[in-house]
Amino acid sequence: MSFDKNNAIYKEVVLAGDYWSYVIKAGQTIRIIDSEGNQAADTMFYAATDTNERYSAQDTINHQNNVYLTTGSKLISNVGNTLLTITDDTCGRHDTLGGACSAESNSVRYESEKIHMHNCRDSFMAALRQHNMKLGKKDLNSNINFFMNVPISPDGKSKFADGISEPGKYVQLKAEVDVLCIISNCPQLNNPCNAYNPTPIEINIWN
Amino acid sequence: MNTFSDDAIKFEKIIPGGWNFSHHLKKGNSLRLTDIEGGVNASALIFNSADFSERYNMADTLKAQYTSYLTKGHVLYSDMGRILLSVIDDTCGWHDTMTACSTPESNKQKYGVKNYQEFRNAYYRDGFTSLLTEVSKYGMSLRDMHSQVNLFTQINVNNEGGLIFKAQNKPGAYIDLQAEMDCLVVLNTCPHPMDTNPIYEPKPLKVTLWESYYEMEENPCFYTREENKRGFTNTINYYK
Repeated sequence: MSFDKNNAIYKEVVLAGDYWSYVIKAGQTIRIIDSEGNQAADTMFYAATDTNERYSAQDTINHQNNVYLTTGSKLISNVGNTLLTITDDTCGRHDTLGGACSAESNSVRYESEKIHMHNCRDSFMAALRQHNMKLGKKDLNSNINFFMNVPISPDGKSKFADGISEPGKYVQLKAEVDVLCIISNCPQLNNPCNAYNPTPIEINIWN
Repeated sequence: MNTFSDDAIKFEKIIPGGWNFSHHLKKGNSLRLTDIEGGVNASALIFNSADFSERYNMADTLKAQYTSYLTKGHVLYSDMGRILLSVIDDTCGWHDTMTACSTPESNKQKYGVKNYQEFRNAYYRDGFTSLLTEVSKYGMSLRDMHSQVNLFTQINVNNEGGLIFKAQNKPGAYIDLQAEMDCLVVLNTCPHPMDTNPIYEPKPLKVTLWESYYEMEENPCFYTREENKRGFTNTINYYK
């Protein structure tokens, strides 16, 4: 089937610094669009029937024997099930090692005073509460950063590099089971993950 | 190389291959973990003893130190911008942070199954199930199974992001982990799932608890990065 935006059952724009949560049904396809380019979309997935089962970066890396995500990557849960599969990707590479920014990590990485800046973890926790008030910080673990570029070198160095994404690039995933998806459209202003200028993303979902 | 007298040793024990160890490590004490035979893997989960919701954060550890692995001079960050453990010495050189420990499925694919009924305590155990059992003893559950560190395991990444397991095989190699906070350390010694040895041969680990008390200014990890100076400051302020 073709994925025409006009046929999407759901369309939403998520502004920079905002969060989004939604239950994607098994078989549905979600497309996340980097509308203006170089915008990190921090994303976590949970099995909708039991949020104790959730995306695991480490299990996903083991399963595909590779640290980067792109078309064909299966997103593996902490108990070894496939939650979603990346079915299309015009960006080419996405990060799952860089995690989400938080107030506290900002205070380490930049300056003590940077603790008072909007950040992805606060958004993630709000997105989880929107789904279920009992969910919180314990339910977070290493997430996916769509459109973010964190190259790992053969000698084990890592860095945050300029994005390789451009306006209109997108990634598309098919849900294999019902999944809760939470997204923090990253507000980070201190590193190049958003080209120092956070911008909106768009979400389309098809049956 | 760190040396310490026998007086500094509080206890020493051998964890057989494929079994667990957990301990509330007090601030200022160190765990020396020794790969007795070479080729051990020790998968670790770390929590703040006073608040298990504060735990090792893989991403924050890597981001703050621009690394994908751990060795002397690195610290292990919690999700709260504080330092749980500092690597004050390491004669091994590479400890993996990116991959998952073994699972029932990875064991089955690689080794098949040996059950308890037939093989008694030589049955095949996997890292994930074992760590989950151990954290359960502290009232935690699947929800608390955060990213692991795989001590003594080296995984390199090629230019395309592909993983390469490198056998280190360094009998006697050790890592000294000093607690900068009171923390619960949970370890399991099942083989890493990418270990190229096709036979299930989990290796033993020697655990030596010793009083190190390296002050911030004498800790090599304090000087490795400006980020770590801020991390140590956050950690010290937590106890004020």
